[in-house]
Amino acid sequence: MPKDHGIGASPKRREDVRFLTGNGNYTDDINIHGQAYVHFLRSDVAHATINRIDTSAAEAMPGVVKIFTGDDFAEVGGVPCGWQVTDRFGEPMQEPRHPVIAHGKIKHVGEIVAAVVADSLDQARDAAEAIELDLDELPAVVDMKAALAEGATKIHDELTSNLCYDWGFVEENKEAVNKAFDEAAHVTSLELVNQRLVANPMEARVAIGDYSRSSDEYTLHTTSQNPHVIRLLMGAFVLGIPEHKLRVVAPDVGGGFGTKIFHYAEEAFCTFAAKACNRPVKWSSTRSEAFMSDAQGRDHVTKIELALDAENNFTAIRTDTHANMGAYLSTFASSVPTWLHGTLMAGNYKTPLIYVNVKAVFTNTVPVDAYRGAGRPEATFQLERVIDKAARELGVDPIALRRQNFITEFPYATPVAVEYDTGDYHGTMDKLEALADFGGFAARRAESEKAGKLRGLGVNCYIEACGIAPSALVGQLGARAGLYDAATVRVNATGSISVMVGAHSHGQGHETTFPQVVAEMIGIDESMVDIVHGDTGRIPFGMGTYGSRSIAVCGSAMVRATEKVIAKAKKIAAHLMEASDADIELKDGQFTVAGTDKSVAWGDVTLTAYVPHNYPLEDIEPGLEETAFYDPANFTYPAGAYACEVEVDPETGKVSIERFSAADDFGNIINPMIVDGQVHGGIGQGIGQALLENCVYDGDGQLLSASYMDYAMPRADDVPFYAVDHSSQTPCTHNPLGVKGCGEAGAIGSPPAVVNAVIDALRSAGHDVTHIDMPMSPARVWAAMNP
Amino acid sequence: MYNFDFERPSTIAEAVAALAGEDAQALGGGQTLIPTLKQRLAAPSKLVSLAGIAEMKGVTIADGVLTMGGGATHAEVAAEACPPLAALAGNIGDPAVRNRGTIGGSLANNDPAADYPAAMLALKSTIVTNAREISGDDFFRGMFETALEEREIITAVRCEVPQAANYQKFEQPASRFALVGVFVAKYADGVRVGVTGAAQEGAHRWGAAEAALSAEFSPGAVPPAPASEGLLSDLHGSAEYRAHLVAVLTRRAVAACG
Repeated sequence: MPKDHGIGASPKRREDVRFLTGNGNYTDDINIHGQAYVHFLRSDVAHATINRIDTSAAEAMPGVVKIFTGDDFAEVGGVPCGWQVTDRFGEPMQEPRHPVIAHGKIKHVGEIVAAVVADSLDQARDAAEAIELDLDELPAVVDMKAALAEGATKIHDELTSNLCYDWGFVEENKEAVNKAFDEAAHVTSLELVNQRLVANPMEARVAIGDYSRSSDEYTLHTTSQNPHVIRLLMGAFVLGIPEHKLRVVAPDVGGGFGTKIFHYAEEAFCTFAAKACNRPVKWSSTRSEAFMSDAQGRDHVTKIELALDAENNFTAIRTDTHANMGAYLSTFASSVPTWLHGTLMAGNYKTPLIYVNVKAVFTNTVPVDAYRGAGRPEATFQLERVIDKAARELGVDPIALRRQNFITEFPYATPVAVEYDTGDYHGTMDKLEALADFGGFAARRAESEKAGKLRGLGVNCYIEACGIAPSALVGQLGARAGLYDAATVRVNATGSISVMVGAHSHGQGHETTFPQVVAEMIGIDESMVDIVHGDTGRIPFGMGTYGSRSIAVCGSAMVRATEKVIAKAKKIAAHLMEASDADIELKDGQFTVAGTDKSVAWGDVTLTAYVPHNYPLEDIEPGLEETAFYDPANFTYPAGAYACEVEVDPETGKVSIERFSAADDFGNIINPMIVDGQVHGGIGQGIGQALLENCVYDGDGQLLSASYMDYAMPRADDVPFYAVDHSSQTPCTHNPLGVKGCGEAGAIGSPPAVVNAVIDALRSAGHDVTHIDMPMSPARVWAAMNP
Repeated sequence: MYNFDFERPSTIAEAVAALAGEDAQALGGGQTLIPTLKQRLAAPSKLVSLAGIAEMKGVTIADGVLTMGGGATHAEVAAEACPPLAALAGNIGDPAVRNRGTIGGSLANNDPAADYPAAMLALKSTIVTNAREISGDDFFRGMFETALEEREIITAVRCEVPQAANYQKFEQPASRFALVGVFVAKYADGVRVGVTGAAQEGAHRWGAAEAALSAEFSPGAVPPAPASEGLLSDLHGSAEYRAHLVAVLTRRAVAACG
């Protein structure tokens, strides 16, 4: 019998009532009396020297409040990068200044060249058209290898080249890895592209800056996944505003997928301009602007090699990746191809020797940063593709080859610096085999063939590192912030509870799941617990939501704070029942004295805490509110096994996904329905990457896929009904809930399954195809069949 | 969007008069024009809406002739026209697009990936304007170019109802416009094949296929893929791929005609 409340139950998402009835309160729904509007004049060239910007005609236009150029921001800080990577020679990465508004040079299409603040948006746009730019266009640097070639045009004059860093991991293992390849019985190699993607959250970004002259306080309303991070980065590094004078509010946010983690120039601009104009300043991104100003994702070009011994055991992995940073370093850009990618290269397998080389490269394109999965999809894709290719070359079953090499003993220290605490990869694969009905595949293939279609089956595994992260560890690796999280549990006098959390919900359903945990711990109804998030003026200093970390890190803080609350409440209960603290038990919202029939209700204790007429004031303070900060001891390691079945139309190359099965191990689960939804959404995005999405620049740095006319998002009829199973559960060993995180799994695990399936389909018809780069559009699949 | 004047006449004559001013622009369903205006890519002084003109409405079939008002929406064509054209119209865009967009507006725009032009070339069409009648074969003059003069309005479109016809559309994955679309129509005096999406010149007829199918109307009679010279090549498909699709879709359309 499934539970109907508490941990493990699936109550419907309470936030959906307002979202589905049009009552959400998104940033664009906020309008402040007297606000002005900013229109950003964005560059339509990728690389140019700015000789002169003449704003005089524009300034005389109706309604114009003020026009800003890069000169106005010369004295403030640049948009910072939050992670310093050290290269394989021990040197820090090259880090260019990232100005709020382009200054001296333009470095990508979409970069802000000037900003017009006016009484209305139309007036701002009209005036922007009257700004005269005198530019000298420079050759655009788009291709990563060309960017590193001798004599390449340099994007940043202050750097020595277009190379951000040349990272080797683990550098000390390099020679041993090379030796293992020399001694290998078989080597499989594969060159592939993990293409650039545009995140495309349904809600485009919005920022409203507000400034109070009387209190010297700033408020920024923004579409962010982590308001405290924005306050820290913008206040400390860009504008020099102390925390107590800066409030950042991220109300309902309509999807993030990573691209709303980062601090953006538009946020700093609106905050700065609010004071300069003495008016609130609002910016609402158009979809066109989002395509050329939201940080983009992926964009790796990789060669991976897998060495095997004569018994088909993996003996070494060697990879060589070029990772595109775009024109500037976005907030976490430098960490994605390194610490979020290289550390995952062991996958689910006991490969003893691994060497990862990553060259991060500046190009005249929109900055690239974390996008759902962030480094882990790139690692998984190359690893699971090369294993599939190896199985084919060796003539062995791809599942058997994986099983043979699975890690089976935990904890397991990988050769790439992480220690998996727990997992059961055979058990998870067993679940997949049952779920995906591999036994019925031959009959389904025969049916497809009768209809003139090619059917293929693709399988892969994945591992991810979630719950980022132990602060001491990431500090050693170059993170410029701690990555704990925080929660305050405020019990009100009548026993209801507000939990102020550092995590931010922008689709994940925290308002439903977090109360399930607190309610279960105390034994009260979930309706008595609300969470508060998204406002630095109301929540403790937490680091927000990304990397599938919310329940693993912030949820753990919430558990710790609730434990403190319960401990104090027990003291109050003990006083009321004239018993010893140690004898008090809490169950179903009742405090009892062990071995007696004495009891006192939760609400009586909470009321006593706030009306302390009969209270042990000499021992404890009145009130019932506790805060905990939780710094994880390790990452969490969700893992899974996915299977995809496709049909390919041999005449047109069109791929249709017929079946998709996902067996995941997320450890303990708070709300299975919400986990299903997270997996569904992740797989949908992964299918989007595998078949549809592609962010493409031409040789001049012009964005060719700049709208939905050319950027193909997955739609309902592109995806099948999914079969998901998360009953394979090995609880995380080091956090109090035993949870691992589920937000990114689908997007990490699904692309290789789809590609493996398409290759299988094509080979079933005799096509000697070993790889097709994503997106596997009909044209590409047809070209692969007709070389 | 820039400011413009707006008129909504109720007769064709009034509409033509309203279009007399400099930079006046006729507005059909606005499914291309309005987004263009919102992006500030056009700045007409005046928009003349054709939506209120009763004499441009309606879809009828009589004596083997299908007549559609220039202001007939895709949804009306989908509901009232002969089956192959109705199916084509019913797959344009989404319901909102189909309930606003008009056949006259689409033809006047002549997007190289639009569906209707392929059908108009196959269905022995006549484009009726306020001033004259233009054979469908003479109407399309290349990408976004037509035989229409300034201030000329498509008031109606006539097609000869074929013995059999079918439209095969292979969708561009992002826009879901036709990457290639082929409309095959069989008449007593021969077969016509209209192709959209494929060529730099826009919609065109595939003469070799028409000749072969007029001699023998079967999928096997469709000639090999046309030469890729002059075909479009972009993110979504090379010229060679489009040429291949022209032949595949033609075969499928013939097969679907039964």
